[in-house]
Amino acid sequence: MINNYIKLALKVLARRKFFTFISLFGISLTLVVLMVATAIGDNLFAPRKPQSRFDRVLGVYVISLRSDQGSHTGPPGYGFLDKNLRGLPGAENMSIFSTISGTVLYHEGRRIETYIKRADGAYWQILDFDFVEGGPYSQADDDAGRFVAVISDELRTRLFGRNAALGRTFEADGMRFRVVGVVRGVPITRYAGFSEIWVPTHTTKIDNFRRANTGSFNGIVLAHSRSDFDGLRSAFAERISHFKFDDPREFNQLVAGLDTPFEGVARVMTNNQFDRKASNVVRTVFLVMALLFITLPTMNLISINLSRIMERASEIGVRKAFGASSRSLVGQFIVENIVLTVIGGFIGFLLSVAAIAALNGSGWIPHASFDINFRIFLWGMLIAAIFGVISGVWPAWRMSRMHPVNALRGGVA
Amino acid sequence: MIRLENVDKVYRTERVETLALQNINLDVPSGEFVSVMGPSGCGKSTLLNLIGLLDAPSSGELQLDKEKVAKWGDKHLAKFRNEKLGFVFQSFHLVPDLKVVDNVEIPLLYRKMSGSERRKLAKDALDRVGLSSRVGHFPTQLSGGQQQRVAIARAIVGRPRILLADEPTGNLDSAMGDEIMDILHDLNKTDGTTIVMVTHDDRFARRTDRIVRLFDGRQVA
Repeated sequence: MINNYIKLALKVLARRKFFTFISLFGISLTLVVLMVATAIGDNLFAPRKPQSRFDRVLGVYVISLRSDQGSHTGPPGYGFLDKNLRGLPGAENMSIFSTISGTVLYHEGRRIETYIKRADGAYWQILDFDFVEGGPYSQADDDAGRFVAVISDELRTRLFGRNAALGRTFEADGMRFRVVGVVRGVPITRYAGFSEIWVPTHTTKIDNFRRANTGSFNGIVLAHSRSDFDGLRSAFAERISHFKFDDPREFNQLVAGLDTPFEGVARVMTNNQFDRKASNVVRTVFLVMALLFITLPTMNLISINLSRIMERASEIGVRKAFGASSRSLVGQFIVENIVLTVIGGFIGFLLSVAAIAALNGSGWIPHASFDINFRIFLWGMLIAAIFGVISGVWPAWRMSRMHPVNALRGGVA
Repeated sequence: MIRLENVDKVYRTERVETLALQNINLDVPSGEFVSVMGPSGCGKSTLLNLIGLLDAPSSGELQLDKEKVAKWGDKHLAKFRNEKLGFVFQSFHLVPDLKVVDNVEIPLLYRKMSGSERRKLAKDALDRVGLSSRVGHFPTQLSGGQQQRVAIARAIVGRPRILLADEPTGNLDSAMGDEIMDILHDLNKTDGTTIVMVTHDDRFARRTDRIVRLFDGRQVA
């Protein structure tokens, strides 16, 4: 029976070309937006190089110091992370690295705008960069404050053309660094991994960062497995419960937590207002936004479906006369609508691939490497099918309620 | 096979109440070929719709195959229509998007049956009405007479006990009308199918076992 429904659905779609075009246009455009958003989300949060191990990583990306007088929310300082994150029981490794900052290089008379990040030796053990030349600097390099640097392949081209960069030097922030490694570029969407230049933390000129509770650093902890997350979170919470405020009259409350990448983004987006519940809040907001976004095309599809049904009143009357129950008619119409939306989903998928290719090639996002993988394809098809069911149920119900005599006259429900 | 006792059918709108059928008493034994005649608007099609379970009487009792139908739900009604009733309409009501054979298969879609079995029965039914060569055509590629024969094949494919035909020759010329009447007669005589046919044409009505006449919703003969 399903085969028959699908066959009929395809024939109806082919016959009503304009309605089909309008429906498919709405469905595919909606799905393009949702799929591109999903691809960006997937790129942000799925563990991919150089953040392949981030399914085992928890981080401190933002903290808040509060009191009745006011609050400060921002990245933690090196001192806070050094005191509270280092040596956390159950951790396989930990790293402290700075947020990226923009910098300008003057090289052979050229001005080059780029990004710099300061990181310790463990950073290179937790993140798995692809080195195209040389290798990372070590913890000993960081401890000694050696002026060594890893740069991206794109910056290498801008600095040295097509020549090898290993051993060559460049000046940044008033210091001269020697290149020890060149890595394949990382898209800005991989927050922890992204930069163009990486140098040891202790090459900074100012030394007071070592004690600061707030500042411009992030800390990450690599767990042996995800099952250790709860233990790590409890241990961190226990440590910060003993936190000593610099001036308790200024701030006397601390809000901080160990977050997965998504939780971290959620915490930043909500300005740390919801602490551990931030990810639920953000997830709900995204879900509501997505639902609102698909409401308009759904309404449009419902309206098109209703007029399509009225055109097929005679067929509905015939089917009822020959034994179709209301339930089987609802089933038939929903199957037809799912066929329509899945075709729309497939077109939407192809358009998304093109949109992603255009986005990657546009240069709007440095080193962008978004892609549509099988998981996103399945999500898209699932969204299309849900879309099909939602936009088909109401018209199908109306259709099934149509009086057979009226239906055979070609008319009113 | 079909029994109506004191059946009324009233159509109500906010302001008007129309008595479409009034105190109809009819008994059609199994295997009878009955024609229903009367002027337009006298209630012929309404009577056929009641017998075909497409509409319900406002009062009175309807029995089909010795069963009272008054309290049947949608599922039961659908099952009875599927297994025991066949319909032929004046304007054929074929689904334009489906091939002839797919149209004929429609009643069998609502039975538990394999696709190949369904296809075989549909082809047999088309063979019976002399259209085995038109299996792969679409309805619009056929003449009016051929389309009505497809409609008859669809009505008989599920081997119903009762065939209800609402002016089956109304849209056809007399020669084609004769062909359709021949097929209906054959079904009645060979298979013993009970047939109730609404018609305006005396010539076709005279070929049936009995004529029921309606006037203004009342049975007058």
